[in-house]
Amino acid sequence: MTNYDVLIVGGGSVGCAIAYALSRYDLKVAVAEKELDVGMGTSGRNSGVVHAGFNNRPGSLMAKLCVEGNEGFEALCKMLDIPYKRTGKLIVGYDEADHQALIKLKEQGEKNGVKGLEIIDGAAIRAIEPDLPASWAMLSRNTAVFNPFLYSIHLAEASAQNGVQYYLNSPVTAVEATEEGYRVQAGDHVLTCRTLINSAGLFADKVSAMAGDPSFTIYPCRGEYYLLDKGTLKMPVYPVPRPGVGGLGVHLTVTVDGNILIGPSADYIDNHEDYSTTEPILDQLRREAMILLPTLNMRTVIGTYAGVRPKLVKKGEANFGDFVIERSPKAKHLINLIGIESPGITASMPIARMVLDILSEDTELVEKPDFVPTYRGIPPFAELSRAEQRALIEQDPDYGDVVCRCETVTRAQVKRALHNPIGATGVIAVKNRTRSTMGRCNGGYCFQRIVELLLSEGKSPQDIDLKRRGDRPLLGYVKGGQA
Amino acid sequence: MERADLVVIGGGPAGLAAAVRAKEKGVDRVLLLERNPVLGGILNQCIHDGFGVLRFGSAMSGPEYAARFIQMARDAGVETVTGAMVVELSPDKKVTYITPQGLFEVQAKAVILSTGCRERTRGALAVPGNRPAGVYTAGVVQYLMNMRNIAFGKNVVIMGSGDIGLIMARRMTLEGARVHCVLEKLPFCSGLPRNVRQCLEDFDIPLCLAETVKEIHGDDHITHVITAKVDEKGRFIPGSERTIPCDVLVLSVGLIPENELAKACGIEMDPVTGGALVDGDLMTSVPGVFSCGNGLHVHDLVDLVSEEGERAAEHAAAYLKGAANKPMVPVTVSGGIRYVLPRQLTAGEDGYLSMRVMLPGRDQKLTVTAGGKTLVSKKMKRVMPSEMIRLKVKDVPACEQVEVSLV
Ligand SMILES: Cc1cc2nc3c(=O)[nH]c(=O)nc-3n(C[C@H](O)[C@H](O)[C@H](O)COP(=O)(O)OP(=O)(O)OC[C@H]3O[C@@H](n4cnc5c(N)ncnc54)[C@H](O)[C@@H]3O)c2cc1C
Ligand SMILES: Cc1cc2nc3c(=O)[nH]c(=O)nc-3n(C[C@H](O)[C@H](O)[C@H](O)COP(=O)(O)OP(=O)(O)OC[C@H]3O[C@@H](n4cnc5c(N)ncnc54)[C@H](O)[C@@H]3O)c2cc1C
Repeated sequence: MTNYDVLIVGGGSVGCAIAYALSRYDLKVAVAEKELDVGMGTSGRNSGVVHAGFNNRPGSLMAKLCVEGNEGFEALCKMLDIPYKRTGKLIVGYDEADHQALIKLKEQGEKNGVKGLEIIDGAAIRAIEPDLPASWAMLSRNTAVFNPFLYSIHLAEASAQNGVQYYLNSPVTAVEATEEGYRVQAGDHVLTCRTLINSAGLFADKVSAMAGDPSFTIYPCRGEYYLLDKGTLKMPVYPVPRPGVGGLGVHLTVTVDGNILIGPSADYIDNHEDYSTTEPILDQLRREAMILLPTLNMRTVIGTYAGVRPKLVKKGEANFGDFVIERSPKAKHLINLIGIESPGITASMPIARMVLDILSEDTELVEKPDFVPTYRGIPPFAELSRAEQRALIEQDPDYGDVVCRCETVTRAQVKRALHNPIGATGVIAVKNRTRSTMGRCNGGYCFQRIVELLLSEGKSPQDIDLKRRGDRPLLGYVKGGQA
Repeated sequence: MERADLVVIGGGPAGLAAAVRAKEKGVDRVLLLERNPVLGGILNQCIHDGFGVLRFGSAMSGPEYAARFIQMARDAGVETVTGAMVVELSPDKKVTYITPQGLFEVQAKAVILSTGCRERTRGALAVPGNRPAGVYTAGVVQYLMNMRNIAFGKNVVIMGSGDIGLIMARRMTLEGARVHCVLEKLPFCSGLPRNVRQCLEDFDIPLCLAETVKEIHGDDHITHVITAKVDEKGRFIPGSERTIPCDVLVLSVGLIPENELAKACGIEMDPVTGGALVDGDLMTSVPGVFSCGNGLHVHDLVDLVSEEGERAAEHAAAYLKGAANKPMVPVTVSGGIRYVLPRQLTAGEDGYLSMRVMLPGRDQKLTVTAGGKTLVSKKMKRVMPSEMIRLKVKDVPACEQVEVSLV
């Protein structure tokens, strides 16, 4: 049995942000995550936009934390080597009613403290994005994009570097109250803690119930996406929010790497982890995207994916549910994070600070003298100058062995990803750290090379995971055959 | 900076043949760059037979065919670097490549692109559903099975009737798997008739035409697919769904020429073939840069790939000798031809045309005319989109245009 001061359930962006914030202090902290890597839930399945905060109801926690999160995001990304780009964003409309709605939206934003908002006309829109047919837009200068995978991963790896213990493949299945806190079954591990931080996203209701507070329910609401090859779009383009339509509406987003996303839809589903995409919704995405940008080339589609929002409001209910971040009124050693849907990643650092405030009510927070706030990830070889590339190869010849041709990822990078500080496994752990298998060939070239590297390190084919422990992409060896 | 007369990018059958022929034509320093640790390209993973029938009169395996050319390259004095990934080609023909020994630049006087092709993927086709483990392209299965002895599953569905999928249907059957079917969205097979006979019919594997995968299911590992028939417009026919249990889904939905280097260099591309636009000398829009093999357009027979590589090398050699620009005659097509390549022929020389049809057909006539005069006329008993048609046009006349038609 291992004892901790704080156990965080869920290694999403929020759990990892809390872990990073806590790793500054002299505390024993662990994270239990059921998947084989961090950021595999909602935090890896979203639009990857740093929201500015104009969409949220004035006075709400969402509005406040989003605006705060936006202000600190760039500095955080710099500190932790997370790809970030302040692109700005356009919210577009077509007629006078839309124009008025945009003016209202700007007022709401300003009420929330959002800066850098401006209403622009068609000509100004086309000076930015020549192919948009819209007549009016609100330009939000402070909206940005970032790499959502590396966001959770670098927070986790930085916190691990400062002593936080990660238990991956460790679903929390039982929580027993003790005098001092909890005894928790997390996969193969039994862990005790004085404070349990429930950051389990879509399963926050289940975890809270295990810990003695069954007072709320999470309703899963799915958003489907198309992923397109790199294009010329410069910034996210959203439609004017229309009353009665959930979410922010189907939009176009650029990723920090220049790929284009179309989505998300918003449909309540039954199974919290049903990440399927469906023909009717994809069809709707295509149609709505073509309204925003009629020149969009659907032949550059690389794939589809879906993310699920952890909603506190049921289907058909009035539309607003705020973040809930509180010490459970029913269980005093439990801090709950509930309904952390969009803009949850943007707000994750301010959320973590709020959790720290709550924790400090009964836990002393003493800064560690040796805390290292910065973190360097795996060098993005493809983005370096030729001179830098040359220097890396000189240092380590594995940088001269290109494993992924679409994204120019080298053997050295893949090796570093496989031996990451938190012990994440699986081909996906390499993918999310290096972009290998993410390019236009969808892994046709690099998947086999990553498999070969794993085999050469002594793995058996049947023990290799793709995205989940035991999903067995490979059966084993052919009859009579071994490598 | 290092210099070479000719740099050949890609050491598959096209690049090997090109490099050998260039040496034969007296080109001084020929440098062949290949990213894999061995030469031979895709042939190394093609352990079935059927290579070299046209050229050597015997059906060899892929590695055997490659071995002949690798030996020829050695004998001819081609310099080769393996493990060398070319990352950039500049319009003034500077080639940048990376190996574990370092990052190098070489200034070429001429370049031949022979970078081969890649497979289309499920992602590109965006089949709805979730994305469980156990979905692969045929080439990945071919590589891991043939080169690393990896087994993939016991119940297989193959989506797409491309040749690699047909070949892997047989290979997986021989390894004890049950291949339930090969599904093809089109009403005709996109692989060669020979492969349908030898790989499917001989093993009782059904080829289901006008049917494709509608949904992929399985939480972690694939458990089943739902297929449906499609109408002429490719729309699913309601009520025609079937559920097929499987633990592997293999995609064989086509190949795309690999041209990232060419595109980044600003070379003009042909949207139909996915390769570069070339003239009668197989030269791209950047003078001195030539293209051949699957990187130019997807071939079905390796023998023709080698031949195209050799022609590219002959023209590159002539270019290096400073041969005068010859007038080019544009080629136009009509009838059921999907593309013809090249779209220009050199006046005063023999021309070689490659083309593919859009739909299968019988008893048609293929003609090449220039200014009302028939240059070639050929009865086509049967045409198939899967079978590339090749034509030689003797002594192309200087004229306004050459017309190719199939009716
Ligand atoms: C379609 C969509 C688009 C979005 N776009 C944006 C955007 O552009 N910008 C933005 O800021 N936000 C966006 N969001 C919101 C954002 O993604 C979420 O608010 C954020 O990811 C929530 O992080 P989290 O850590 O709370 O949840 P998660 O990332 O879901 O993390 C919870 C973790 O807990 C783990 N877990 C669950 N149960 C257990 C258990 N019993 N034991 C152990 N581990 C468990 C899960 O595996 C998971 O890793 C979007 C959301 C969606 C759905
Ligand atoms: C997966 C697959 C399986 C196939 N199986 C068969 C089959 O069974 N039977 C059959 O008749 N035909 C098969 N084909 C068709 C086959 O490609 C051709 O017959 C022939 O191999 C094409 O020759 P090539 O030289 O044009 O291309 P390739 O054989 O593909 O050779 C291209 C070479 O260029 C190299 N290269 C590419 N880019 C770079 C770069 N930037 N830097 C350095 N090197 C580079 C590649 O590594 C490769 O070695 C298959 C094709 C594929 C893609």
